[in-house]
Amino acid sequence: MANLEINFAGIKSPNPFWLASGPPTNSGYQIMKAFDQGWGGAVWKTLGVPVINVSSRYGAINHRGSRVVGFNNIELITDRRLCDNLREMEEVKKYFPNHAVIASLMVQTKQEWHQIVNDVQNAGADGIELNFGCPHGMCERGMGSAVGQEPAILEMITRWVMEVAKIPVIVKLTPNISDITEPAQAARRAGANAISLINTIQSLVGVDIDNFVTYPVVENHSTNGGYCGPAVKPIAMNMVKNCAQHPLVQIPISGIGGIENWHDAVEFILLGASSVQVCTAAMHYGFGIIRDMTSGLEQYMDSHGFATIDQFVGKALPNVKHWEELNLKYSVKASIDEDKCIGCQLCYIACEDGAHQAIDLNEDKTIRTPRINEENCVGCNLCSLICPVENCITMVRKDDGTQHQTWKQRTDANNIPVTFDDDLAGGLGHTIPDPVKAFGKL
Amino acid sequence: MAEHRNPPKLQDADNRFAPIKPLMSNTMAYYESSRCLFCYDAPCTIACPTSIDIPLFIRQINNGNLTGAAKTIYQSNFLGNTCGKVCPTEVLCEGACVFNKMNIKPIDIGRLQNFATNSAILTRQKFFVVPEENGKSVAVIGAGPAGISCACQLRASGYMVDIYEARNNPSGLALHGIAPYKITNEEALMEVEFLREQFGFNVFYNTRIDSKEDIAVLEAKYDAFFLGIGLGSSTEIKIRGEGKPNCIGATEFIEEIKTRPVSTPIAKRVIVLGGGNTAMDAASECARLGAENVIVAYRRSQPEMKAYYFEYDLAKVAGVRGMFNLAPIEIVGENSAEGVKFIRTETVNGILKEIPGSDFVIACDLVIKATGQAKQTSLFANISGLTLDEAGRISVNGATGQTANPGYFAGGDAVNGGAEVVNAVAEGKLAGDGIHEYLSALI
Ligand SMILES: Cc1cc2nc3c(=O)[nH]c(=O)nc-3n(C[C@H](O)[C@H](O)[C@H](O)COP(=O)(O)OP(=O)(O)OC[C@H]3O[C@@H](n4cnc5c(N)ncnc54)[C@H](O)[C@@H]3O)c2cc1C
Ligand SMILES: Cc1cc2nc3c(=O)[nH]c(=O)nc-3n(C[C@H](O)[C@H](O)[C@H](O)COP(=O)(O)O)c2cc1C
Ligand code: SF4
Ligand code: SF4
Ligand code: SF4
Repeated sequence: MANLEINFAGIKSPNPFWLASGPPTNSGYQIMKAFDQGWGGAVWKTLGVPVINVSSRYGAINHRGSRVVGFNNIELITDRRLCDNLREMEEVKKYFPNHAVIASLMVQTKQEWHQIVNDVQNAGADGIELNFGCPHGMCERGMGSAVGQEPAILEMITRWVMEVAKIPVIVKLTPNISDITEPAQAARRAGANAISLINTIQSLVGVDIDNFVTYPVVENHSTNGGYCGPAVKPIAMNMVKNCAQHPLVQIPISGIGGIENWHDAVEFILLGASSVQVCTAAMHYGFGIIRDMTSGLEQYMDSHGFATIDQFVGKALPNVKHWEELNLKYSVKASIDEDKCIGCQLCYIACEDGAHQAIDLNEDKTIRTPRINEENCVGCNLCSLICPVENCITMVRKDDGTQHQTWKQRTDANNIPVTFDDDLAGGLGHTIPDPVKAFGKL
Repeated sequence: MAEHRNPPKLQDADNRFAPIKPLMSNTMAYYESSRCLFCYDAPCTIACPTSIDIPLFIRQINNGNLTGAAKTIYQSNFLGNTCGKVCPTEVLCEGACVFNKMNIKPIDIGRLQNFATNSAILTRQKFFVVPEENGKSVAVIGAGPAGISCACQLRASGYMVDIYEARNNPSGLALHGIAPYKITNEEALMEVEFLREQFGFNVFYNTRIDSKEDIAVLEAKYDAFFLGIGLGSSTEIKIRGEGKPNCIGATEFIEEIKTRPVSTPIAKRVIVLGGGNTAMDAASECARLGAENVIVAYRRSQPEMKAYYFEYDLAKVAGVRGMFNLAPIEIVGENSAEGVKFIRTETVNGILKEIPGSDFVIACDLVIKATGQAKQTSLFANISGLTLDEAGRISVNGATGQTANPGYFAGGDAVNGGAEVVNAVAEGKLAGDGIHEYLSALI
């Protein structure tokens, strides 16, 4: 049986699933309830000088029947007094000594940092997370992403914290920056024990097109917020991978961004995360999703023969390469399973209008299954992604696997197109239909 | 197809004439429209006799453009709301939906169509701009679905249009024939009024066009004619005792319950003779009105019934019992029908045979004959040059709706022998174009 326990930079947790700092970790009550249902750890809602929040605060993207595929907030850090939070923190640790309680912090001066670090240590926190990520409200006050976007300042503040920290320190990074590895390296240089990413992405989630204001609306106005939820997962995973692969980062990573099930968690772990954090999904479905997450993760580990989480942290990293290292001789072509095809012809119009005119319709209109024209198919995957039937369009390997040639090798051998009209162009074999023949005008 | 529909439940029938396709809520419409794949050259559209761009209107609903969705529907089908409610979608658009191929419930196209058009009617949207009149005029005979559709199409091309209708209401069988749990009279009338407001055709009610004189008056006044007069009264079975007062035709019976208050007292034991959709409707309506024992008796076997399986299902859940291989040979009783004498039948080598000596009587208080509707031959005889086919239907050019008399066009039940509202709408519109082409060429 798989063992889900982790030791993340010295923070022990019964499983890698932590609640990320946010509304679900606002109070001791919520955190205890979550632990009771099976969550391994919780990062407390960011503590500091309490704020005053606005109403309303959230906006969301719905997509064709799926609600909240993207989520946006303009909320700030905790609006509760520090003394109340600390008392509840102590209580949580008393009832759940083996679960991970991490205090997320955001203050301004060195003196404030020293004091609040000591306070949460005294309350029994197992670790500290420095919130250098919030992209709205706090950054204008010189905190949050204002720090995360300046590696030098991030490094300085992290050093202040390390001066007094007796428990592991995690630096939480903002994605609102062009190279995520810069702040990650700064955190490492300052002696942080780990990093976590991503915080929310600066965003406008939507516009009320009748009243000419963006969401969420506060009276007649609004402001930019932070974007999260399933829609941001690909961005988060790329940033996690960039940090994990960077030789000057090499400290544990807690992965965050759009995680809502065990499958998402496994993906983050394979890209180098050794714990994962969840906020939006817990806000959407409640704490109960943890049962599916732990059972799915166990199932996955058992079926792959992984006894512990460590055994597969970063296992996909060696296979994520630079583009110029990919094999140009590898070739796949689409193939349609006629028995599965339902005749929607979405693959046809997708390839015809949006790709490479490599799918033909039958002349006999009663036969609705399209045909692949392998000459034109470049193996882009589009049709197989769009086909509504599971495994109906598959990509079949056509090269014999004996040849290997990368862009790098071709560059080194001076075998790449260099002029505008170069005959080495990759698309020369593609037959493009004659527009006059196709629709009778030009 | 059938497997993916929720079978109608008994409690649905309890609520006598509760709509079987009730209006969707916004949330239902949002989720249901989200499922549509937006197929290319969509099979649902191909299956629709009026070729509504179904994926487009569903996407418009999903993206919050309800008015645009209704406009898409009305551009192809002037009775989009009525059709959304009464079409046998199981064998048309929804039957063709690609989801059936995956054994997944097809998109609820009829109800989505109803949802979009209902909103347009209630908010009195105007989708059509009628051009200035071109000086020519057309008389439409019959204000049923075919006539209304033809009138709209003609108005859209600038013709002055007068409709002559024998009854005191428009909509034809959609009003006095179609089951009330599919569409109410108010709903049917509301859509025609919605169209009349936009297109401004005139309707003369209580004006049956029948005699040579009627025709002569019209011919002097109009440039072309459309015949959308549907079918006639229920056919005779030609058996003994048929003339009794409580042995009536199905269309007459249905018209009675649809146009008189629903409190019409109903007989306790009813026998409906026939195996088509009208038989199912009549039986189902009797059961819903409180008849205790309703039997549909059909001459052939159950699989040979012309009724759609879902119509038979609907009758069964209302409490109707089907009896098969029973041919009526006499309506028994002194002054009124007290029962039907049947003889058992069997099919041998494809030929239906009566089994000698197998006759017996089933007692009842009402007999409803649902064995078809007669053709309207008297008017046809008075129009010169009109030709009919061997089944008594008006012969027309399928592409234009033009009859053998070039100034006369026709469509709907009178031409197809009795199909659905949607076919009447398609044929009426087609004939509208046919008339436009014909009159334009005359200049
Ligand atoms: C019991 C029953 C149930 C049905 N259920 C459905 C259903 O669920 N769904 C569906 O799609 N279809 C159904 N149909 C079929 C549908 O109602 C018809 O196909 C459709 O109404 C045909 O339209 P139409 O315009 O051709 O004829 P009609 O609807 O018959 O309209 C003809 C009109 O012409 C008028 N008229 C006739 N003669 C003259 C004259 N000489 N002068 C002036 N006016 C005249 C009539 O009064 C009538 O208003 C049903 C039919 C019946 C009988
Ligand atoms: C397959 C693909 C190729 C693209 N190629 C280009 C490109 O050549 N030039 C460019 O400016 N953007 C390119 N883009 C980016 C798009 O123009 C666009 O900025 C981006 O996809 C976001 O818009 P969307 O969410 O509507 O896709 C490409 C996008 C895709 C999906
Ligand atoms: S893989 Fe791409 S190019 Fe090939 S058929 Fe599919 S969509 Fe067209
Ligand atoms: S997208 Fe898939 S199901 Fe649809 S026509 Fe193409 S192969 Fe068939
Ligand atoms: S066939 Fe079904 S899924 Fe496809 S466009 Fe029509 S309703 Fe939508």
